[in-house]
Amino acid sequence: MAHINHDAELTRAGAYVTGGWSTIVFFTRRYPLGAVGALIVLAFILTAVFASVMAPIDPTATNARASLAKPGGTYLLGADFMGRDMYSRIVHGARISLAVGVGAMSLGCILGVSIGLMSGYLGGWIDLATQRLMDIMQSLPLLVMAIVMAASLGPSLRNTIIAIAIPLVPSVARVVRSSTLSLREQPFVEAARAVGMGELRIAVRHVLPNTLAPLIVLATAQLGSAILTEASLSFLGLGIPEPHPSWGRMLSESAAEYVRSAPWLVIFPGLAISLTVFGTNLLGDALRDILDPRERT
Amino acid sequence: MGAYLTRRFLLMLLTLFGMSVLIFVMLRLVPGNIADILVDAAGIADPKEKAKIINELGLDRPILEQYGQWIGGLVRGDLGFAYVSERPALEEIAPRIPISAKLAGMALVLSVLIGVPFGVISAVRQNTALDYFLRVISLSGLSLPSFWLGLLVLMASVHWFGTIPIYSNEPRSFLQEVGLLSIPAAVVGFRSSALVMRLTRSSMLEVLRQDYIRTARSKGASQTSVNYDHALRNALLPVVTIIGIEAAFLVGGLIVTETVFNIPGVARFLVEAILWRDYPIVQNLVMLIAFVVVMVNFLVDMAYMALDPRIKYAD
Repeated sequence: MAHINHDAELTRAGAYVTGGWSTIVFFTRRYPLGAVGALIVLAFILTAVFASVMAPIDPTATNARASLAKPGGTYLLGADFMGRDMYSRIVHGARISLAVGVGAMSLGCILGVSIGLMSGYLGGWIDLATQRLMDIMQSLPLLVMAIVMAASLGPSLRNTIIAIAIPLVPSVARVVRSSTLSLREQPFVEAARAVGMGELRIAVRHVLPNTLAPLIVLATAQLGSAILTEASLSFLGLGIPEPHPSWGRMLSESAAEYVRSAPWLVIFPGLAISLTVFGTNLLGDALRDILDPRERT
Repeated sequence: MGAYLTRRFLLMLLTLFGMSVLIFVMLRLVPGNIADILVDAAGIADPKEKAKIINELGLDRPILEQYGQWIGGLVRGDLGFAYVSERPALEEIAPRIPISAKLAGMALVLSVLIGVPFGVISAVRQNTALDYFLRVISLSGLSLPSFWLGLLVLMASVHWFGTIPIYSNEPRSFLQEVGLLSIPAAVVGFRSSALVMRLTRSSMLEVLRQDYIRTARSKGASQTSVNYDHALRNALLPVVTIIGIEAAFLVGGLIVTETVFNIPGVARFLVEAILWRDYPIVQNLVMLIAFVVVMVNFLVDMAYMALDPRIKYAD
């Protein structure tokens, strides 16, 4: 006979969670990797918000005598060719990454949700036309689309956000559309219509909230890919212009020639990108397990 | 099925047509005028000279005419002239295709060879320490920017071997070329293998929960037989789809990796052409990439149909 430890099973299922602190403890036990991810993302956000407190040195201040200074001493993580403090640049770089990541993800989601909701809810030729448009946009890889967009808009923070947001739209629109298609046939939609609600209100108040779970999962994943894409764009010289401290840009300045002479210029910015994206990916995985039980692994 | 294929094929053409319009319009939004850049580069300030260049490049004609000229040429196999080198665009692009294709092929093979076995192991040992370890590795594979991974590899090779494996001259033999390409291919492939591994794992877990797996277990089939004869065969079907996703994913990796390793392939060429505002090259390269992605997805759909007899596409 198998022995079932009822208490342990109930704990595992979250029966004793009473909100507040115990929710956090439960989440950490149940999804240790997700908790690590949440911690990394939190650290990333705090770094971005308190960048000027954490690194009081101006990240754009140059100092010819400190050119390529080794890590340690005044320059904790060394200095680049122009003598700019790497620690400061990396801390302030979190701001750029967060701004682009959150900005592109939000813009992409807003556009994607509007298109997907409209497409799925209205159906007919509107649906057909938007689906074809999404097909077209998806026939180019994210980075290629972003490169072409970034080049045609010109380099600036705002344009980088737009260039990354637009290629993110189709996948959001697809997810929202497919949930909307099944939701609009549900009895509660019919009920809302029966009591005389307008179509727009039904779509926004009743259908949209039910598409949120898969949307949150997707949005977290997109935050990571938006940050990675910004780094790639800036690395290729098509993203954030100088003198803003972008992690990807730092790697492009310091690329091949410093691989020999100043490895710290290559290691630290890359580490910052990887750790941040790693955190959002861990968090995204845990959120998927929680919010999308069908995908639970 | 014939009707399905025809419809699918026509949709593919429609997508490519839409892409061509989209790319053409986007490139005409580019702020830096190609004539300005060329004129600056040549040090000409005379407005008459500039007007002549604009006229020669056909930039003063109506947009619609310019578009028609491009598409008409594309159909005939005439891609126009590159602005910068002033050579036919086809001659500039064609020799670079095999290099990128080899790189992509090697990366793809590598990603499947690594990704599928580890995905299966991770699923079979779900929630063990090994599973956690493999998941963390694969997730970090997806989190590392491939250009950084490339730079780290270069750094390691400088440190240990004192040289950088850069694709400098034309490789003399096939073996030498494979050797030169293997490191960048491993860099691109590592990232893709992480994707393959994650999808294999979730697909395998899905299958392992099915009733027929329980039946196989209860009739006394060994664990190995259940995992490989029963589960993996069915779990691999969705993995085929991954190749379609990978095609797009790989191109992104190629762009930065070719740049880091200085490989003269099409992906790096695209970045160069964009920085130079060389429209004929950019628009043709983007169409090439879109064509490859759309084509691979089409082939994957057909492979899927052949592999899974349950799938019958309604006409």
